[in-house]
Amino acid sequence: MTEKMTSPKIVGERIKEYLKEGKRFDGRKPEEFREIKIETGVSQNAEGSARVKVGKTEILVGIKMNVGEPYPDSPESGNIIVTAELLPLSSPRYEPGPPKFPAIELGRVLDRAIRESKFIDLKKLCIKKGEKVWTIFIDVYSINDDGNLLDAANIGIVAALKTARIPKYDEKEDKVLFGELTNKKIPLSKEIPLSITAHKIGDNFIIDPTKEEEDLSETRITVGSTGEHICSLQKGEIAPIEIKELYEVLDLVEKTYKNIFKKIEKFLK
Amino acid sequence: MSERKVITPGEVIVSGNDYLPGDGTEKRGEDIVALKYGLAEEVNKLIRVIPLSGVYSPRRGNIVIGKVENLLLNGWVIDIGTAEDGFLSITEVPRYVNKNALDEVLNIGDMVVLKIISINKRGIDLTLKQRGLGKIEEGLIVTINPHKVPRVIGREGSMIKMIKEATNCSITVGQNGLVWIKGDKINDEIFAKKAIEFINKKPYLDGLTEAVEKFLKENKNE
Amino acid sequence: MNKEFKRIDGRKLDEIREIKAKVGVIPNADGSAMFQTGKTIAIAAVYGPKKMHPQHSQDPAKATLRCNYNMISFSVKDRIRPGPSRRSTEISKITEWALEPVLILDDFPNMVIDVHINILQADAGTRCAGINAASLALAQAGIPMKKLISSISIGKLDKTLVVDLNKAEEDFEEGEGPTDIPISMTEDGKITHIQLDGKITKEELKKAVEMARKACKKIYEVQKKALKEATK
Repeated sequence: MTEKMTSPKIVGERIKEYLKEGKRFDGRKPEEFREIKIETGVSQNAEGSARVKVGKTEILVGIKMNVGEPYPDSPESGNIIVTAELLPLSSPRYEPGPPKFPAIELGRVLDRAIRESKFIDLKKLCIKKGEKVWTIFIDVYSINDDGNLLDAANIGIVAALKTARIPKYDEKEDKVLFGELTNKKIPLSKEIPLSITAHKIGDNFIIDPTKEEEDLSETRITVGSTGEHICSLQKGEIAPIEIKELYEVLDLVEKTYKNIFKKIEKFLK
Repeated sequence: MSERKVITPGEVIVSGNDYLPGDGTEKRGEDIVALKYGLAEEVNKLIRVIPLSGVYSPRRGNIVIGKVENLLLNGWVIDIGTAEDGFLSITEVPRYVNKNALDEVLNIGDMVVLKIISINKRGIDLTLKQRGLGKIEEGLIVTINPHKVPRVIGREGSMIKMIKEATNCSITVGQNGLVWIKGDKINDEIFAKKAIEFINKKPYLDGLTEAVEKFLKENKNE
Repeated sequence: MNKEFKRIDGRKLDEIREIKAKVGVIPNADGSAMFQTGKTIAIAAVYGPKKMHPQHSQDPAKATLRCNYNMISFSVKDRIRPGPSRRSTEISKITEWALEPVLILDDFPNMVIDVHINILQADAGTRCAGINAASLALAQAGIPMKKLISSISIGKLDKTLVVDLNKAEEDFEEGEGPTDIPISMTEDGKITHIQLDGKITKEELKKAVEMARKACKKIYEVQKKALKEATK
């Protein structure tokens, strides 16, 4: 199917009508997620990895670690670098080439949720103050895009980080022995950051849209939170929202966070 | 060759000089060899391969559902899911069209039911001059594998008739894999959509009619 | 040939690693497949035939085949910085040359068929796994093909010829070192791709090609099976 053959206007009308009654085509409620499947340890060469499927959307996350110098303004802290790639194989809409805005935004919004929540204890990643710290590379790849890559990717990042193990580091030779993992895990906080994006279609907000629904999104708000605290926010696309709608979204996200967390808890051990 | 069998490119389907190579096959010496992945079928010594997957192959006379992509001076460019553009000329619309107001008849983004009148170097020529063709005002559009369309329609339309009756919807199936559903209630439309998606997911086994009957009965009161 | 040569993982000289192949792994694609040889995993997706942009790149005689091969950052132990490399650009072209001879492209003038290959995990033989996956994905996409293409890498470790090198064998240091010969061919033995780096005599190379022929036949059987099982 060519890219243009998506979400015709008349389907949009139906989706909006149905939403007014609080219903969606696949029988979900507006705040309901599709089925979530998580597999960790799917990559031999990564220090941590996860494959997450949310409905037909599939993403792959890999954690790689390396030792290097800290940034001058944070001599005692390790580093996090989050990169997202929208692979051409995951959708007819993506082309090979340098990352365009959607991939860049995806990486940056995910970065914010992970970084600002202080999920990773960067101070514990310091090996020698001012000289040697661990850098954690979090690489996200889309494998099939059927909407809501962001929320799915966040789940993948958390699962991958939780199950990752730190590789051996030979201090004398200043070499990381890739492939030789210690039993040490990445120092993580107990509060789990999740990104949940609410999309406005007509007068209603929905969570976890399929591609068909995502195409109708007039504006979206991604809330990164740990349940207790909100650590990141991003409003995307054009339509403005009322202040009370923002509060509605925050309530919706709070409720959804609890539901999602219950579903994915067992994968985060 | 009695049954249809799944065949892969390069495989010999049958051997023997009295067989003829049809669509998706090629004769190499005495062998009829498959050039496509699909089901090999024999009808009166003519061997052909029915593809199971892949993009839509347009044919003259096909009813298709497309989306208006562009307005030109003398007609509309319509996307029907093929690589070449579909083109609907003003002369193929069964009503008067003001040359300066093409958008009043069909505008960019509108969904239309059309028929293919010819396929040539320039592209695919479409027409609205037949009953049942025209702009789609409202309803649901479901996208399925174009190769499953014959299964959704059924022999002499029997399958689609069964679904229409059970769901109380009018349904137009485009050979390009787009299906338009229109009912009085949204719930009916969703029911029809689910039935069609059910067929789309099913592999090529027998007993489809019974399976669909069962599905329609079980999901009736939603 | 040294009959007592023991391979690091205990395989026989002509033994291919365990193969897993699955078709239809990416719902959005017109055709897709996963092909795994030992620990090397490749996935391929085909989009097309579709309109080619820009218009001046169109070929009025036939469809253009565009292959794009890339390794993901964590496919190897030493993280690869995202983005194309000279190596991935060369392999993309090699893949096109390996597949095009069997594709019937003149059915689709002015169109393009995009094949995207990503290596999710690398343990040598990645371009071969990519070609095997792409071959399946093209078939599933309904592209008319005269035959499937099967690909394998033959190695020479010092003086011993072996089938399907893994990474540890690629890094072999003793004697004449390793020689790596990736080959792709049709099931009736037409070679569409061959490369070599190392040090080998003409006689040894002929033997290697014979071994590749036998190995590719086995790979072809796996590919056929994956396509037939996808209909269930």
